Amino acid sequence: MTKKEIFVNAAFRENSVWRQILGICSALAVTNLMLNSLILGLGVIFTLTLANFTISLIRNWTPRSVRMMIQTLIIASYVIIVDIFLKANLPEISKQLGPYVGLIITNCILMGRAEAFASQNKPFDSMIDGIGAGLGYTLVLLVISFVRELFGFGSIFGLRILGDWWISWSIMVMAPSAFFLLALLIWAINTYYYKAKA
Amino acid sequence: MDISAFVLFWAAIFTSNILLTNFLGMCSYLSVSREIDSAMGLGLAVIFVLTITSALNWVVYHYLLVPFGIVYLQYIIFIVVIAAFVQFLELLIERYAPALYYSLGIFLPLITVNCAILGVSLFMVIRSYSFIQSVAFGAGSGIGWLLAILMLAGLRRKLKEKLIPIGLRGAGISLIITGIMALGFIGFSGIVQVQ
Repeated sequence: MTKKEIFVNAAFRENSVWRQILGICSALAVTNLMLNSLILGLGVIFTLTLANFTISLIRNWTPRSVRMMIQTLIIASYVIIVDIFLKANLPEISKQLGPYVGLIITNCILMGRAEAFASQNKPFDSMIDGIGAGLGYTLVLLVISFVRELFGFGSIFGLRILGDWWISWSIMVMAPSAFFLLALLIWAINTYYYKAKA
Repeated sequence: MDISAFVLFWAAIFTSNILLTNFLGMCSYLSVSREIDSAMGLGLAVIFVLTITSALNWVVYHYLLVPFGIVYLQYIIFIVVIAAFVQFLELLIERYAPALYYSLGIFLPLITVNCAILGVSLFMVIRSYSFIQSVAFGAGSGIGWLLAILMLAGLRRKLKEKLIPIGLRGAGISLIITGIMALGFIGFSGIVQVQ
């Protein structure tokens, strides 16, 4: 596969959220504000790229029986960097994201890409795969949070764009709307795939 | 935090259900909810592991991480404690209760990567719970998770013969059902406030 194919494959064709239904815990939890989604998405891209690179780098020296533990520890180390960085530079957002930064560790996308790609491919290819998968994930977060923030607060990235006449839908800020929106997104994309196949 | 452990226990089941309001443990929730039996097995394992690891992690955090000033390592330490405990449990069950191992054993590795387990430990630190509160919160969260996965498994069994739009089958319809359940659970939200 060429580098471009690896990227497109990771970001869209095998997109973790809508194709494999992985890593949706945080996809649902942080998406009531676009800024939070963007920051978490960047955190995931950072962790995914470097973790994929590291895991791929040591893939030939990792004993198969303990590879899951090693992968988890590598991922956790990068998540700690993200967490410390956020606490130091964006304390407000770090507080809002709460445990969800730490939960990047158990985000199935990271283990998924490590198992499916990084443990069998070259370091540089794995990095591209990581960037692709991370961007695909961030895209989903941004789409869902766009709808939730627009209807729930009448704003985008904290800027109010709907006028004073807009009455915010409080349901959009609460949990159920996240489930419904993700279901609708998956429905739309699956229907598109079935149409394209037929 | 001066909420009594008893209140916290009920709050963790109903008003701030770990899955329906905090979205934790979604991956295994969606993939293991096809059969009621396996949902029950995984749910029971989650309750057990969640209760014990929240206690273990509380002790580790307050007697190891804080005195030595290595709180920033909490993610690594917590995940190692959880993985080690699950591994230990697996060995123990395999040795002493082979029958239980065959019905529960396959779920144990899944639990390490269940974000509800790590999530509860992190919530416990962020909200600075006491030891008793942490255990109550862990047990309540586990029961809440079992409740949610059992409800979904039951509903999915009913849906098997129903006509569902092709793009919505599987994950899509499960998410919509979960959304409706979450709407129902909002009804509990006025009772107690935990944050």
